[in-house]
Amino acid sequence: MTQVSTIPGARAAGSMRAGGPAGGPRRRRRQERLAQWLFLAPALLYLLAFFGYPIARNVVMGFQDYSTASLYTGQAPFTGWSNYQAVFTSGLFTKLVLNTALFTVASMLGQFVIGMALALFFNRRFPLNGVIRALLLLPWLLPMVASATVWRWMLGQDTGIVNRILEGLHLAPAGGVPWLSSVSVALVSVTLVNIWVGIPFNLAILYSGLKEIPPELYEAAALDGVGPWSRFRYITWPLLRPVVTVVVVLGFIYTVKVIDIILVVTGGGPADASQTLAVQSYQLSFKTFLFGQGAAMGNVLILVSLLFALVYLRFNRRAILTEGES
Amino acid sequence: MAAGVALTAGACSSGAATGSAPAGPLTLTATDYYTSEPMHSAVGSILTSCAASTGVKVTHVSVANPQLMPKALQQLSSHTLPDLLMLDNPSLQQIAQTGALVPLDTAGVDLSGVYPSILSAGSYQGKVYGLAPGVNSIALFYNKDMLSAAGIKPPTTWAELTADAAKLTTPKRYGFAMSADNDGEGAWQYLPFFWSNGGDLQHLDAAPSVQSLQLVSGLVKSGSMSKSVVTWAQSDVNDQFIAGKAAMMINGPWQFPTLDAAKGLHYGVAPIPVPTAGAAVKVPLGGEVWTVPVTSSAKEKAAAKVLACMNTGANQVALAKAAGYVPSLQSAAAQVAKDTPALAPFVTEVSTALSRTAVVGTKYPAIATALETAMQSALTGAASPQAALTTAQSAATKG
Repeated sequence: MTQVSTIPGARAAGSMRAGGPAGGPRRRRRQERLAQWLFLAPALLYLLAFFGYPIARNVVMGFQDYSTASLYTGQAPFTGWSNYQAVFTSGLFTKLVLNTALFTVASMLGQFVIGMALALFFNRRFPLNGVIRALLLLPWLLPMVASATVWRWMLGQDTGIVNRILEGLHLAPAGGVPWLSSVSVALVSVTLVNIWVGIPFNLAILYSGLKEIPPELYEAAALDGVGPWSRFRYITWPLLRPVVTVVVVLGFIYTVKVIDIILVVTGGGPADASQTLAVQSYQLSFKTFLFGQGAAMGNVLILVSLLFALVYLRFNRRAILTEGES
Repeated sequence: MAAGVALTAGACSSGAATGSAPAGPLTLTATDYYTSEPMHSAVGSILTSCAASTGVKVTHVSVANPQLMPKALQQLSSHTLPDLLMLDNPSLQQIAQTGALVPLDTAGVDLSGVYPSILSAGSYQGKVYGLAPGVNSIALFYNKDMLSAAGIKPPTTWAELTADAAKLTTPKRYGFAMSADNDGEGAWQYLPFFWSNGGDLQHLDAAPSVQSLQLVSGLVKSGSMSKSVVTWAQSDVNDQFIAGKAAMMINGPWQFPTLDAAKGLHYGVAPIPVPTAGAAVKVPLGGEVWTVPVTSSAKEKAAAKVLACMNTGANQVALAKAAGYVPSLQSAAAQVAKDTPALAPFVTEVSTALSRTAVVGTKYPAIATALETAMQSALTGAASPQAALTTAQSAATKG
């Protein structure tokens, strides 16, 4: 905040030197305001061009009968709410919302708990710590389509290695777990794969957050005889909270829009069992070429993300306020 | 970077100084999805020789199959389609309806002697926009050793298929395999059963369709076919067959190179079993059509010449032999049937094969998606064939 206010001040001082006492207070204020807008302009232009335009386009497309011909001619008749009506009454919508919610919540929970446990583990000193931590980042670095394809093979019912291992441990039911070929298991499978993909991200951010906590606090707690759980509860957790909010918000945004993993591992199947809002939006547009309905579905997704962002902002502001008070 | 710029600039100016045409030879871009061999090289060499005889240069671009349509749609909206665009035949009408393609008869491409079924697959509203140098379809592939060990001949009817698939199933392998995925290949492999029984894409929930879905879901229910078929693409089915995990499969002639390379595998090809003895088998027509998008008149003319050259009898035969396609020219197809006996059953099939878009047109993608969802519901036991197809019919008519 201080930076922003000093810069227009400096500008104003410069103009005083150039223009002399002729510039009145009103003119100075106008120049200040102009300077402020000029500083904002690059960011605003960027946002308008790369976020505003596509979103506006998508909102408009949601009200149009947009076919492949419209892509070429640019002409698409407006059809009011009929795309939304088609999307909401397709019989699939409730399932999509439920699947998206389950996929998102379970993925975030799994990624966070495992990522946090690993971060706490690597926060200790032991040999090869750095090497193992670097190796754990690998899932993040692999192309998503490649790792998803490998998962598809590994989860095969008859010949996949996952079922083979479970059989070897006498944990699998007869015939193996139908990871990808059962309507009741497919969503669980894609969620597990997505958890695997998301662990490195959670680990990296939470680990760097842990490193920021001053070691003196732990030393003082150790002197006072505080146990490991209480140390986590009263030192680690509160000091890690800002990092946790970042992980949760980014995690939500990354997870709710996942399509590549699901497309490669199950294609949303079998029988739409692992369809989510994002996958369906993609398939409506690029598989059945109903771009208007795809856009309508995409807009629903944008609205959900927006609601979550608002909740986050509100939550975050309250957190800052309470921190400021204490 | 600077050096690169200087070099290209130098090359340009010297070309302009020595070449007779000031702009140099025209360069056309040809886009397809033949990323894998032998198709990539086979098409590449035909393109090169046809470009040379036309007096142009061709840049051959192959993108991954799932990326071809999204890329084409992007190029469509920015009016930057390549000069020659290959499309899978059920996608042709999607692009043709935009007006971005040149009708091949006005471009001067000779269409005589081509199978009518193939022309129909390349047409939109009565005009031909795409021509396939080679087409294909699917048939029943069987492991000769496994069938002779069981003492049976390839099944010809549904009853035989059910009985034989059960007989061929052992704890280590399944009797039968096909693709039932939800990415287009599932519908394509199911259509021979659907159509041969009198199924109609406009009435997915009619009795003939329900019977054909009962046949396929029955094979899974009885354990003659793996439950995993809902996740298998055709290439996965082929892998299972090669590995000896399936005694019979539905697949196409493009698998010949892979199957021939598999050591110790003796396979045969037979028509797909029909509902009752003597009924006609109706298979979908497969293969990719080449189109000439609207560009500049000089480029369109050159592209049409290259396309015509790709479809000469000699080039069609070369492609057929290299990659297991059936020529779309009847005369060339007859020759291939004589020279390559393995392709002969497919040559017979192609003359009566049905185009997926002939009746339902641009609605095919939505109908195929609904059909695949119904198939997966029935095969996973989530719904009965009748209930699954009733849902599919209402989904397909809504879209």
